[in-house]
Amino acid sequence: MKALNTIRLVFPSRSVNEGFARSAVAAFAAQADPTMDELADLKTAVSEAVTNCIVHAYADRIGNVTLTAALYGDGTLRVTVTDKGCGIPDVAKAMEPLFTTGGPERAGLGFAVMTSFTDSLKVYSGPGRGTRVVLEKRLGRR
Amino acid sequence: MTQVTFRQDGKTLTALLSGEIDHHGAAQLRAAIDDRIAAASPAILILDFSAVTFMDSAGIGLILGRHKLVSALGGVVVVQKAPKDIRRTLSVAGIESKE
Repeated sequence: MKALNTIRLVFPSRSVNEGFARSAVAAFAAQADPTMDELADLKTAVSEAVTNCIVHAYADRIGNVTLTAALYGDGTLRVTVTDKGCGIPDVAKAMEPLFTTGGPERAGLGFAVMTSFTDSLKVYSGPGRGTRVVLEKRLGRR
Repeated sequence: MTQVTFRQDGKTLTALLSGEIDHHGAAQLRAAIDDRIAAASPAILILDFSAVTFMDSAGIGLILGRHKLVSALGGVVVVQKAPKDIRRTLSVAGIESKE
């Protein structure tokens, strides 16, 4: 299926860009006439994906995060968040609720939030190979 | 912009949170709240979310971290007045917000 519209953003893994990334995706999604709930879900899921790049992928350095969003004719928005950081040795383990390597202030619920607030979530990763998170959300369902 | 202001009534400390709580903003909130906890040793810490406009799992981490700290001092943490979107994020962690 061909996308009706796409965007591509590249930004450094600075925590101030968490807010920028979710707001940019929300602004792009507005053309699909989403409900307030759909928009809130999308912003939260994108925020989690980008935060993972900052906290985990580039834990001890600043690297680039690439975010793409594509809107399809059926109202599906597909967001891809890609980093070239340390990668995840065991994706299934990382996606378990409460599992975290991020220290005591991280709840370990980032993937649980992403899963519950999207219609589809895929994570591709390996040690030293970076991580790609692909999430989909159907918009405009009233 | 993430902000916190405080109200103290005896041993009850209320932290009025506002703005967007993500990993970026949570660090600043955490430092401010922990300073007040250290100074006041509250029996009840109320985290008031009524003016919070966005929250992801960093907010859950903030609540759980304060819960750990305050319970070690023999106190309790209460989450209150979270708007609908925030309640949905809280529900992922099984945290309930009081009215």
